[in-house]
Amino acid sequence: MIEIDQLYNIAAENRKKIIQMTYDAGSQGAHMGGSLSLCEIFAVLYHRIMNYNKDLVNDENRDRLILSKGHGAIALYAALNGIGIITDDELKTYKQDDSVITAHPTFLPDKGMEFASGSLGQGLSIGAGVALGLSKKDSKAKVYVVVGDGECDEGSVWEAAAFASANNISNLICIIDKNRLQYDGDTKDVMDMGDISQKWKSFGWDIEDCNGHDIEELVNVFEKLHDRPLAVICNTVKGKGVSFAENNYKWHNSTLTEELYNKAMAEQEKQ
Amino acid sequence: MDFKPSSIRMWSRLGPSGALGAVAMEIGKNNERAVFITADMTFASGLERFKNKYPDRLYNAGIAEQNMIGLALGLASEGYEPYVVTYASFLATRALDQMKMCLGYMKGNVKAIGINGGLAAGVLGATHMAIEDISAIRAIPNILIESPADTTELVKTMLDIGSHEGPAYIRFTGGMNDEVVYSDDFDFSIGKANRVCSGDDIAILATGNMVRVAMGISEELLKRNICCSVYDFHSIKPLDDAVIKEALNYKMIATIEEHSIIGGFGSSVLEVVNDKYLYNGRIRRYGIADAYPHAASHEAILKKCGLTVDVLADSIESEYKRI
Repeated sequence: MIEIDQLYNIAAENRKKIIQMTYDAGSQGAHMGGSLSLCEIFAVLYHRIMNYNKDLVNDENRDRLILSKGHGAIALYAALNGIGIITDDELKTYKQDDSVITAHPTFLPDKGMEFASGSLGQGLSIGAGVALGLSKKDSKAKVYVVVGDGECDEGSVWEAAAFASANNISNLICIIDKNRLQYDGDTKDVMDMGDISQKWKSFGWDIEDCNGHDIEELVNVFEKLHDRPLAVICNTVKGKGVSFAENNYKWHNSTLTEELYNKAMAEQEKQ
Repeated sequence: MDFKPSSIRMWSRLGPSGALGAVAMEIGKNNERAVFITADMTFASGLERFKNKYPDRLYNAGIAEQNMIGLALGLASEGYEPYVVTYASFLATRALDQMKMCLGYMKGNVKAIGINGGLAAGVLGATHMAIEDISAIRAIPNILIESPADTTELVKTMLDIGSHEGPAYIRFTGGMNDEVVYSDDFDFSIGKANRVCSGDDIAILATGNMVRVAMGISEELLKRNICCSVYDFHSIKPLDDAVIKEALNYKMIATIEEHSIIGGFGSSVLEVVNDKYLYNGRIRRYGIADAYPHAASHEAILKKCGLTVDVLADSIESEYKRI
């Protein structure tokens, strides 16, 4: 089994890939902030928790991950590159014409993108349907849906949350990347959703609160067994690991100059 | 299913939802992958019997249409064949982005059934009218659109639609006790329009319950020495191109739909004729003017909108005589 230290290394490698893709996108920029908050979560899921690898992309028994917050795409591409599904060459084509790695994931299950996303608030509904279908087939596979805390503004997230609870879809795990920032600023200033953990709990979900950058905590949370749908509230830092981008909503979607790129990369070497 | 006269009479008496309920039982029996999802519309969609017989294959998504479409895509991706059912209005406009993403973009093998298309539920007000659904769904790539002319054709459509791999929107129109277009078994094929009346002067192309109105117009105009062919365009997307081409042999083409005059069936006929062919005749489209009619019974609104045999026959006659 892969060790905690190795998972930190994988997260660090993926962070560098995210910075690289952002730089490669030039003046188009990239959703770097909300991707950097996902690195440890994806390292743990793809390398330790999920029954998933490049030989299982079409396997019926694979665990499924749906990135509902489609703007976290470059974190997904970095992670899928880490398990050999997206090639190094493909990783160099971010946002280029006809590339398979687009600003928001396209519908390419063979490339690890189980569903398209980008229109927020739809992934949990789809995930609930997949999880329901799997349980009807007596499959042991699980479905992990990653949503943003800003995305939870969408009413359809709560429609899906209610349905999953009412039908006790216990093979469904919703990961809330709670980086507390969205496009226009602090989630509390844009539209205060109050205590989001309590909201999920009141919808009948099991909840786990954790530090989304602490790999040991993440492993413990995901290894616990649940008999209800599970919401994992991951407290994260938008822009994590890049000092000038951390906790700065302006890095929701932004560009890296050569100077900032060098600074960001240098910071990775120190960590 | 047996298309014997007593069944056809019963479906017509029950109306579109009752007919759906009957054919759902057949779908359930023949295809164990078929699941129905409804948004608090089990009873209104005629699906209570299905629910009782197949409790693990009917899901109630609650009054949450957006989630219902996403669920359906998820189930479809696991090999199930979901039929989602609610008011046409709440599918096509309330959940339009999900229709775009889950059916159009990702091509989920989902059959979306819109009950009370057009003005059938007009007594409930504009909220429950679907006069923009064809236009909205038609602009989304990959979604097949069907609108049966009567309950006989509704049953045919539902029996056949499962063999069409991919997304579809099925628009139910009309109500209970409507006079049928098809009083006997008939040849039905998705994508192919049916000629239900023959004449040499005017081609009337109609969809949904306007086919029956078109047949009434044909009878009325015959009294005035004008002979019409009436075509039932149950498939709105794709349009039957061969029949459109055939219609160009007439001096006049009239299209009739219980839908906004903007962007619906008639518009799609105009597009095909304009973009593919040269036509020297007259095309006249009939539908609902660009406004929401005030709540009233189906019959009263149709009258107000001018979608009745008398009004349409007069208009078509005068247009024809101008040629």
